[in-house]
Amino acid sequence: MSKRPEHQAPPEIFYNEDEARKYTQNTRIIDIQAQMTERCLELLLLPEDTSCLLLDIGCGSGLSGAVLEESGHMWIGMDIAPAMLEVALEREAEGDLVLSDMGEGVPFRAGSFDGAVSVSAIQWLFNADKKSHKPVKRIYNFFSTLYAALSRSARAVFQFYPENESQLELLTSQAMKAGFYGGVVVDYPNSAKAKKFFLVLMTGGAAPLPQALGTEESDSLQVKYAKREASKNARGKPLKNSRAWIIEKKERRRKQGKETKPDTKFTGRKRAGRF
Amino acid sequence: MKLITHNMLTSKCLKGVLQGYPLAINATDVKITEVDFNPEFVSRIIPKLDWNVLWGAADSLGHSEGLPKTVEPKYEDQEFLKKAHHVLLEVEIEEGTLTCPESGRQFPISKGIPNMLLTEAEVQ
Ligand SMILES: C[S@@+](CC[C@H](N)C(=O)[O-])C[C@H]1O[C@@H](n2cnc3c(N)ncnc32)[C@H](O)[C@@H]1O
Repeated sequence: MSKRPEHQAPPEIFYNEDEARKYTQNTRIIDIQAQMTERCLELLLLPEDTSCLLLDIGCGSGLSGAVLEESGHMWIGMDIAPAMLEVALEREAEGDLVLSDMGEGVPFRAGSFDGAVSVSAIQWLFNADKKSHKPVKRIYNFFSTLYAALSRSARAVFQFYPENESQLELLTSQAMKAGFYGGVVVDYPNSAKAKKFFLVLMTGGAAPLPQALGTEESDSLQVKYAKREASKNARGKPLKNSRAWIIEKKERRRKQGKETKPDTKFTGRKRAGRF
Repeated sequence: MKLITHNMLTSKCLKGVLQGYPLAINATDVKITEVDFNPEFVSRIIPKLDWNVLWGAADSLGHSEGLPKTVEPKYEDQEFLKKAHHVLLEVEIEEGTLTCPESGRQFPISKGIPNMLLTEAEVQ
């Protein structure tokens, strides 16, 4: 069974008091969320040395918001989980908080924000947690109301954990339908650990998609990346950190007479909830 | 909830509601939090505000004193920006309700957080 949080319970249930506290006390999580928020900010391309008003979508306990504050911005956060917002209050987040479900729409008037960030949240939109939930409809509703809430020339950048390629396509196509253009930037596509997905959406003025980190020239699109990985595989050498790669490496170690754990069904398994 | 948020927040996600703006405030607890004054941020945000709504909100909370009813075209004046800063970022509604001007639907504010969650039947 999958261990992705989205598969376990609706977000407002999954992010209960315990989870909210665990989440916010784990220094590793804090560091990762901070790093990803910094990258989101970079991709937002805000005017230099200007404090902006930003929307943090799925702001949670304010880990992402803390980075926005440090960079001199004011933020308003929306989140569906009361327990997460409660922790944000305890942490004295400087941003203002709103309890709301992004799938119901972004409840702000036209042109409110200079930009929007969202860190590790939009993969939740693929859930259908209530009988009335239709993911595609919720995703479109979200993007179209977000589009309206942004000022012209503003961007929205989402770091998220897609499960498969069709989710990437669904998100991108619904965003385009809502008036945005842009696409997915994949940082460090060849590293199982550092690989990160960013959906970069723009509202006005044609601009090329930003360059991904850890790639050469114009590898940044997911589509290109997928091809690349496939061709690498075809060359015969298994992909680094893949199960086949680990088993091969272990075999080499055994041949060298080094102590090596036996191969089991867990060998080379992806860590829970991430790919 | 700060008044900058109130100035942007709507109930337009409700089915059948067009603007959902401005939300009427009924506050039972208001607190003042000190926030660092950033004149550059305040002067940048002013053109984006609905000033009438801000003035009305401040007035309903008893914090409109010294706040002009209309914005001067030259709003670099420090005293004015300080006042705007105070009203936008330091005055916070802790407990109360917001009411949709079109449908009358109420949204509770508790511990400073407005609850904008809708029921399944209310979603567009
Ligand atoms: C992994 S946490 C990240 C929180 C924060 N952005 C950070 O970087 O620490 C994901 C957050 O998304 C929120 N979330 C999930 N589904 C949501 C929805 N439909 N509307 C609003 N927030 C949602 C969850 O409640 C949770 O707080």
